[in-house]
Amino acid sequence: MFDWLPFEWIAASRFLREGRMQTAAIVLGVSIGVGVIVFMSALLTGMQKNFINRVLSAQAHVVLLPSEEIARPLRDADGVAEAAVVQKPYQRLRSIDQWQKIEQQVAAMPQVKVVSPMASGPALAVRGDAVRSINLAGIEPAKYFRIVPLDEKIISGRALLGTEDILIGSELANDLGVKVGDKLRITPSSGEGLALKVGGIFDLGNKGANQRNTFVALHTAQSLLRLTGGASSIDVSVHDVYAAEEVASAIRAVADIGADSWIRTNAQFFAAVNAQILANVAIRFFVGLSAAFGVAAVLVVSVVQKSKEIGILRAMGASRGQIMRVFLVEGAAYGLAGSILGSGLGAAALLVWQQYVRNADGTPLIPIELDPQLFLLAAFIATLTGLAAAVAPALRGARLDPVVAIRG
Amino acid sequence: MPPGLEATEAVLRLEGIRKAYNAGRPNEVEVLHGIDFIMQRGEFCALMGPSGSGKSTLLNLIGLLDRPSAGRLAIGGRDTTGLDDRELTRIRGHQIGFVFQYHHLLPAFTAEENVMMPMLLDRGHPDARMRARAATLLENMQLSDWKDNLATNLSGGQQQRVAVARALAMNPPLLLADEPTGNLDSVAAQVVFDLMRRVNREQGTTVLVVTHNLGLARQCDRIVEIVDGVLTGDERLTLHNEPRGSRISSPLQ
Repeated sequence: MFDWLPFEWIAASRFLREGRMQTAAIVLGVSIGVGVIVFMSALLTGMQKNFINRVLSAQAHVVLLPSEEIARPLRDADGVAEAAVVQKPYQRLRSIDQWQKIEQQVAAMPQVKVVSPMASGPALAVRGDAVRSINLAGIEPAKYFRIVPLDEKIISGRALLGTEDILIGSELANDLGVKVGDKLRITPSSGEGLALKVGGIFDLGNKGANQRNTFVALHTAQSLLRLTGGASSIDVSVHDVYAAEEVASAIRAVADIGADSWIRTNAQFFAAVNAQILANVAIRFFVGLSAAFGVAAVLVVSVVQKSKEIGILRAMGASRGQIMRVFLVEGAAYGLAGSILGSGLGAAALLVWQQYVRNADGTPLIPIELDPQLFLLAAFIATLTGLAAAVAPALRGARLDPVVAIRG
Repeated sequence: MPPGLEATEAVLRLEGIRKAYNAGRPNEVEVLHGIDFIMQRGEFCALMGPSGSGKSTLLNLIGLLDRPSAGRLAIGGRDTTGLDDRELTRIRGHQIGFVFQYHHLLPAFTAEENVMMPMLLDRGHPDARMRARAATLLENMQLSDWKDNLATNLSGGQQQRVAVARALAMNPPLLLADEPTGNLDSVAAQVVFDLMRRVNREQGTTVLVVTHNLGLARQCDRIVEIVDGVLTGDERLTLHNEPRGSRISSPLQ
């Protein structure tokens, strides 16, 4: 082994073995730090992913809406209006102007994955004396299911939409006492209602959504909501969900249309995520810092303890660089060993967490993936931290005056 | 300088060596006041003197562990004045072997590994050659059976023999020993001394040994005495071949 291992590695490994208790204590210290960092990082990543999945499985990345109607009072001259008070006009349900053209335009954008027009508005679901207000959404299933995988959330019946079919949520089915195949009368806010057959019942995982959301074929909704040939909104899904806002502004730039990205509609969530990331970074930094100081402290003591040996080695022809590298290797070894043990601790803690912290239905509260990249990164950073922490003690060891060191 | 002693011949040459501590400050102390000293190849010389006379300081200067305040110091004909730490370290590794009184060995390593250490520090020596060299040296020191023992598991005399073997690992022309027998009983001291003497005779290694033991000093080729930082005596002996029984017994012992 003396063949291929340089002096520094041999000496460092012997010194580490010689000071077993010190080595064990500092490796344990570093590993607890690494464990905390690994655990927190995986938890935070899992939480974000989980939330984003939940949010995005029920809504489009970008929603295009008709531009708002505004009041245009008559003006006599520049800055002189005829009306003293201008009231904001109400926003009636209306179609996006030339939505087919806009759909084609948006679908042609390279960042865009799927475009799906929708005609939606308020209506009432009536069965006997029971009345529930609902949101009636007319969709083209082939496109819409690629944005919101409603077909995967059907718990009874099928996700097929004929002219007289309607898909309803489990809560609404419960409230109205209907099952698949039953008829339901849907009455829009104005005009004639229509009796539709319940084709399927879905569960979106949210009680409010299961109560209010209903889906019919696009043309059924168009006739019920008096939007003949129109679309009240266009759902867009993009390849990079985090670039949704940029896509939204790109769309606003090419068409006179409102475009809201999920990032903007969930701004509060992102504020919370950012605060969490910031807190997490701060915690990671300070945990790392305390581990680094631990390594440095142990090495400073080690240099003092080993000063006679350092002196003897110098007398035998050891260079300053060789002495310095012995302690650098020790520091890096503390970091690496601590990160390996700490990754194990963190992974174990995550598994325990997943085992015991669960939703009411038994699924994990936060599904966590053990990303090997996280562990590699932890090992790399911990080794580097150990190395950096060792610089000052190593320099001190290297600069010891051999005469003083040997004398003790 | 006596005539006929050419620089190329001298293993060690000191000219006007001075050493002052705290130089330039009010508490400046000069420990060595201009030492001139030459050692020829193959000499076995004892350096004697009372405590605080500057023996160890002189040895540290010769061993290039410290730098003189003034004067010139040449090892193997090469002037060491103005060399940087890297060069001094290299000369120390190749030209000089060190034996200390205390704290001689690295406790984390076995006897064999301690002997291999100077070669390991020098890099590039194949494992087999280092082990063979260590085996030869330990055999010469009658320690073959102890080679796998940790340094801390050896007796004082054995440790000091390992230290001598280690000092010889790079086959240096100059061996420096600072009271190598100071903390050994008289039997063990004689064994260590005899081994150094044998190396001196067989390999032609030049040896400078600091000792308080007049009995051992009398077995050297030459005794140099230092008092208060000045060389006060330089005596060449011719008696070192006489039988042990007739050794001069010193009241210092």
